Amino acid sequence: MSTPAIEIEGLTKDYPVGFWRQRMHRSLDHLTLQVQDGEVFGFLGPNGAGKTTTLKVLMSIIFPTSGSARVRGKSIDDVSMHREIGYLPEQPYFYDYLTARELLDYYARLFGFAASERRERIIRFLERVGLGGAADVQLRKFSKGMLQRVGIAQAILHDPQVIFLDEPMSGLDPVGRREVRDIIHDLKREGRTIFFSTHILSDAEMLCDRVGVLVGGKLQGVGAPREIVSMEVYAMEILFETPEGHPLPNSLAKSATQVGGRYRAEVPEDQLYPVLDELRRCEARILSVTPLRPTLEDYFFKLVARDKSAPPQLVEVGAR
Amino acid sequence: MSAVPGIVAVNTFREAVRDRVLYNLIVFALMMIGASVLVGEISIGISRLVIINLGLSAISIFGLVMAVFIGVGLVYKEMEKRTLYCLLAKPVRRWEFLIGKFGGLVLTLTVNTFFMALGLGAALYYVSREFLRSDAMIVIAIYFIVLELALVTALALFFSCFSSPMLSTLYTLGIYVAGFFSGDIREIGMVTHSPAMQTAARAISYLLPNFRNFNVIAAASHGDAIPFSLIWQNTAYAALYVALALIGASAIFSGRNLK
Amino acid sequence: MSSRSHSRALWFALVAIPALFIAIGFLQIRIEAETRTVGQQKEELLLRSGLLLKRWSLGYDSLLGDIYWTRAVQYYGARVGHPGEKFVLLSPLLDITTTLDPNLIVAYRFGAIFLSEPMPTGADRSDLAVELVKKGVAANPNSWELSSDLGFLYYWHLKDYEKAAAAYLQGSKIPNAPSWMKMMAAQVSEKGNAFSNSLAIWSELYETTQNEKVKKNAFQHLQSLRALQDTVELNKLAEQYRKQHGGYPSSVKELYDRGLLQGVPLDPAGFPYGFGADGKAQLDPNSPITLPKISESPTE
Repeated sequence: MSTPAIEIEGLTKDYPVGFWRQRMHRSLDHLTLQVQDGEVFGFLGPNGAGKTTTLKVLMSIIFPTSGSARVRGKSIDDVSMHREIGYLPEQPYFYDYLTARELLDYYARLFGFAASERRERIIRFLERVGLGGAADVQLRKFSKGMLQRVGIAQAILHDPQVIFLDEPMSGLDPVGRREVRDIIHDLKREGRTIFFSTHILSDAEMLCDRVGVLVGGKLQGVGAPREIVSMEVYAMEILFETPEGHPLPNSLAKSATQVGGRYRAEVPEDQLYPVLDELRRCEARILSVTPLRPTLEDYFFKLVARDKSAPPQLVEVGAR
Repeated sequence: MSAVPGIVAVNTFREAVRDRVLYNLIVFALMMIGASVLVGEISIGISRLVIINLGLSAISIFGLVMAVFIGVGLVYKEMEKRTLYCLLAKPVRRWEFLIGKFGGLVLTLTVNTFFMALGLGAALYYVSREFLRSDAMIVIAIYFIVLELALVTALALFFSCFSSPMLSTLYTLGIYVAGFFSGDIREIGMVTHSPAMQTAARAISYLLPNFRNFNVIAAASHGDAIPFSLIWQNTAYAALYVALALIGASAIFSGRNLK
Repeated sequence: MSSRSHSRALWFALVAIPALFIAIGFLQIRIEAETRTVGQQKEELLLRSGLLLKRWSLGYDSLLGDIYWTRAVQYYGARVGHPGEKFVLLSPLLDITTTLDPNLIVAYRFGAIFLSEPMPTGADRSDLAVELVKKGVAANPNSWELSSDLGFLYYWHLKDYEKAAAAYLQGSKIPNAPSWMKMMAAQVSEKGNAFSNSLAIWSELYETTQNEKVKKNAFQHLQSLRALQDTVELNKLAEQYRKQHGGYPSSVKELYDRGLLQGVPLDPAGFPYGFGADGKAQLDPNSPITLPKISESPTE
């Protein structure tokens, strides 16, 4: 079996807090995690859970208090590891006096590409993120969404095997999110490993082979979205319309809610057919019947709620 | 040697070149040099002397202002705006980044000094319609100013690796002033008659960067010959001190958790 | 907290930084040797206008005055005793100092002594000393010391007894001025009294000064004045001896043998006096003392 793309072992990060810095706040607590080659891994958690901290440690922007990590078998201390990875920071910001082309040229030079190859790559990747027309615009004139796209372009410019994306969909409109999803799909098809953090679960559900859920600096669970979320149907959703003036059937009078002239009702699976019979009797028009399963979101909220009841993670450390 | 520092330096240079503040400073310095022509005309007989003195002083002062104020922001700005995140995710070591930043500003300052020197040359030619052999000393004086600016930049960069731009500015200017008086510190030590004080004063005076070494403005304005050995000695002195500051900066910056 | 590469960087810095500091120290010594030879050829004070400096000092003029005062003292200290030294910058340095801080009495007094003293202890420029002290008197009307210095300059170096007396008299009117100021004024006005007065003044200076250099200087003057006084006395006795015996004595012992002296006097350094062929008393050739050069020989 080949080495995993990402191996994280017991990664811990304490931050000093307070004016005199005598107290430490543990923002990452013995994180151990493996991501296999070619996997799309979703790193989930609410804001402040330690997702960004994890990525910053992996990029050597900050240093871990303890623990270690390897990417494609190379320690994160090893600068040559950075040749094989791409990284999109959260809310990226770039040198605003440069144009998109100049920025990507700067980064491409750092990887030692020849001039002709740089030219070709920059055009190709700007088009891939939908910025082909804005190549020579100064970044100070870019919108937040455009900056996010430039950020993705610089993260994949050198065809890295492992790509780390911190909240890649944040700040994007629905079309932009769709495009980023497509890019991630493409990258996966090319066999690359993608590790992305998000607090938006539908994105993770749609894209990820596996997800890890981080709350309060601790990993709460890892697995395929389907493993984490039980596939059991807990209710059926019925959408229907009734003819003018017709009263609702008795069994639905209480539970149905009116939505723009239509009714929506959730009924237990075993009650579905009796309810449908009743609707047919009062000449209702059935619009849809959908099975309801718990989503990652539900799982997530359960975990966060559990964590909130616990005291905050403050570890007392003697004055340094 | 990796190509990274050079690439970072070029980008730093580009940033400075696209900053409007820089041009205002250069224009102001050139105006001062221009004004020296007027002053020179008022003081009969020493117009060349006044132009050289004032011109070299203006080049040195404006260079110093740029070195300190851009120097303390070099690293801080990249940390504050988090542009460093993307950069450090590339195959870039932190010391390579520092050397690149340093090189970029020194390149900027050298180019600026060159343009201001052209202004000085023009003013000199306007007044006397000739260049003298001894004017070669002005070139040496300008070279020494560039060395001095490189040293100041390295110090500013060093301080900005562990303190805010405001404090770094204070530290750098403090060292600059102290470095100018390092000779006096030694002599004051001699006056105390206490061997411990004398040793301490000597040690401090040798540890501080001696900025007086680079000041040959008076000699240049009189057209006095500057010994050739002083050129390589000053070059070596600046190089060693810059290396010292950059190694110190790298040692601190390499271990720093960025915001 | 730090990575492996960081600890490597730290070790490198730990070795490199001291090594670089040592190299820099050695280089600085070489550079200073180089610039000293350059600097000595051209010693100059770029800004000679104290008023301009005062305007540019942004309110820190007294601090700048202190810096210039230190420079002046160092300038003097580095050059004193060098044969042929003229102390050309001492006067402008002191002038700038006192313009920046007009109340720095010590600077005027320093100038009074070392601008007027003959080379190689001073600049031998009594005129500049007088100018400086006059400026001090004008700026510090309550300092009797400066008037005393001015009087002394006129009296000792310029032999202008009238102006000397005027200066002493002006100083004696200042509250707290010691009584001898008036005495000096009175005595100096009698031209012939120069000799004993100078003794009195040097004694006063020797007794009252806090400055080591001034004290030493006063002591040397006192010694040479006492020696001068002795030789004058011996010359008188030699004249008396000639009247009695028809010839000058060849040694001091002969005066003693003939009962004209109660003992054999020694000069303040402990050497015996002798007589020259002209019958004038002289110092022993080994004595460190030199007789003051006084144009008019004192009569008393």
